[in-house]
Amino acid sequence: MRRRAIIGTSLAVVAAMGLSACGGGDDSGASKTVRVTLANHVWTENIKQALPEFEKQTGLKVELTQLGEDQLSDQYNVKLNAGSGDIDVMMYRPLQEGKLFAKNKYLADLSDKVKSNADWDFADFQAGPVEATTYEGKPVGVPIITEQEVLYYRKDLLAKAGLTAPPKTLDELKAAAVKIKAAEPGVAGFVARTGKSPAVTQFSSFLYSFGGDFVDASGKAAVNSDAAKQAYAFYGGLIRENGPANVSTDMSWPEAMAIFTQGKAAFYTEANSLYKNATDPAKSKVSDTVGFAPFPAGPAGSKPYNIPSWALGINDSSKNQSNAWTFIEWATSKAQTLAQQKSGVPGARTSVWANPEGTASYPKDLVDAIAASTAGGVAHDRPVVVKVAEAREIVGQPIVDAIAGKDPAAAADTANEAFQKFLDDEAK
Amino acid sequence: MATVTTPTRAPGGVAPVGYVSAWSRWANEHRKWLFAAPAMAFVAALIVFPLAWTGYLSLTDAEGSVRAESEFVGFQNYVEVLSDTDRFWPAVARTVAFTGVALLFEVVLGMAIALLLWRPFKGEKWVRVAILMPLVATPVAVGMMWRLIFDPNIGLANQVLGWVGIGPQPWLAGQHSALPTTIFIDVWQWTPMVVLILLAGLTSLSDEPQEAALIDGASAWQRFRHVTLPLLMPTVIVAVLLRGIDALKTFDILYATKGRGGGSFHEVETLNVYAYGLSFDYNEYGLSSTVLILFFLIIIGSMWALTARKKGAQR
Repeated sequence: MRRRAIIGTSLAVVAAMGLSACGGGDDSGASKTVRVTLANHVWTENIKQALPEFEKQTGLKVELTQLGEDQLSDQYNVKLNAGSGDIDVMMYRPLQEGKLFAKNKYLADLSDKVKSNADWDFADFQAGPVEATTYEGKPVGVPIITEQEVLYYRKDLLAKAGLTAPPKTLDELKAAAVKIKAAEPGVAGFVARTGKSPAVTQFSSFLYSFGGDFVDASGKAAVNSDAAKQAYAFYGGLIRENGPANVSTDMSWPEAMAIFTQGKAAFYTEANSLYKNATDPAKSKVSDTVGFAPFPAGPAGSKPYNIPSWALGINDSSKNQSNAWTFIEWATSKAQTLAQQKSGVPGARTSVWANPEGTASYPKDLVDAIAASTAGGVAHDRPVVVKVAEAREIVGQPIVDAIAGKDPAAAADTANEAFQKFLDDEAK
Repeated sequence: MATVTTPTRAPGGVAPVGYVSAWSRWANEHRKWLFAAPAMAFVAALIVFPLAWTGYLSLTDAEGSVRAESEFVGFQNYVEVLSDTDRFWPAVARTVAFTGVALLFEVVLGMAIALLLWRPFKGEKWVRVAILMPLVATPVAVGMMWRLIFDPNIGLANQVLGWVGIGPQPWLAGQHSALPTTIFIDVWQWTPMVVLILLAGLTSLSDEPQEAALIDGASAWQRFRHVTLPLLMPTVIVAVLLRGIDALKTFDILYATKGRGGGSFHEVETLNVYAYGLSFDYNEYGLSSTVLILFFLIIIGSMWALTARKKGAQR
């Protein structure tokens, strides 16, 4: 009996201690610490180096989480779904998840904040990117990095094949790829992304240049238009016939870029924002022979995409929104954008492109290629919908079918039917 | 008496007899529950609740955000999933094929290696360590490593084949060779675990039946087939059970080698990879939960079938 009493009392004590430990809360209302979640990107590396300056200026502390693209997406899906307030500033992809996040009210309305400081100058941002970070008329993000598709090529291989200038049209591109592949054993004429979903964005410029788009003017699925069928057949055929041997249908940019930078391909269509991977001698075997050209013209002209690939937004559940804005205002200021641009990250501010300092560090041919792209660029590089991942897989299917040697026209018809059904579902 | 309200100590440091507060009396009477409570709370919070919540979600049309409004749709998701011959059933077939083939190779190879390692020999320690290496490696790292080895253009595997005059193979990149390649990786990584379990079983067998069979003039195969194997059967079933459940749930190797959706043609999309994609790529939480519940039932079913066999074997 005595032992029982002792056990009982000690249990009660333990229970009481446990309960008291659960109690009490912290009032993290407007914390001096701003929690920032960023993607692995050159932009992030640059910002990290400048952070001490920001912390000194404002007296705020920045707690940084850095993740790869896919992990970042998963992290947002878990945390924002749970209504977690432990992210203040979030780096996100306006075209990939912007519509979904805004619809789910994960992104705070920035209408008042963007007007709060005239020096910061919201009007300086390019119209296309701003459109992509606006939801139902309200700005919900600030674009930080823009992207256009350009043609990467090997100057030495072109010269050896007797070509004096990079191809100006898609037909010339194909002819040159065939010629180089035949002349150089072990070198592919052309390489590009082949994965069903990753390829969609880089395929989009081909689609537009053939005169097509993912949806037509009336909002109907249009991936089986004549132009689209030609584009699928061209892109898939180019990789199938002139691409690397045994080509995988899972390549995103790291794999395709590796083939190009290992000297195993002559032409490569890719986003310009990744150019450092090809020109940096530490990463590329072809750094001194790589050239850049505007996206080659198709039957409808040269129509590459021109989009904001990343933006900063504020988590709507954050209790620290005004400090979060202080961070965004600093990170997207004219000075920071110029510094980023100088290190090779294409900015979204008009002023940095007008400033000769902003383009001085770029390869001259790349600046020309970018200038050409921003002029006629299309403001999206994938279907503009809420469930982008699903839509990409649908419209990407004909790409991999074409690479695998199936009939691209039949695949496009099947994809169009599925895509129309998807659009109907989403409109409900 | 004062002792009723203030606990004073009787000589010898013993608490006064008869002093028991209401709380401690209650605690004493419910001791078994109190002691089990932390574990039960843990199980409830981390197993029962998620399972029940998944079950609930599978009956709704939740999508986009878990916090968004969703409607109760009854068994509509189940009808949709079970009639999906495009993604669901192929994923079931791949899950079964992956598990079945991998398990077969792992058990046969594992048994062979365990028999080789059974009798002491020189350098035994080193061989054992070498064989167990794949087991301790992280599956994602293993996936990345094999992905490099099997790269069709710059990988080691095709290089080696080239030396012996065989042309380059697509390996993970091929539409039909991807699943067999991932099975190979799984076998490479997990055979050691089967070896470990079988070796433990073998070591605990007594020598007498073996000696008796030897005296009776049984050949090595006869001794294995009619003496060792029947005695080892319960251990084999444990190995199959553990490895089988694990193989059904394989995710890391598949995801690390082929990425989202199990590749562009869903070459290695098993149920686990499919459910993950529904949830994290498509944000279709209702459908994803349905697939997971069905998957859970499949695992329970196969576990039940195997344990029934085990009981049969022990009898």
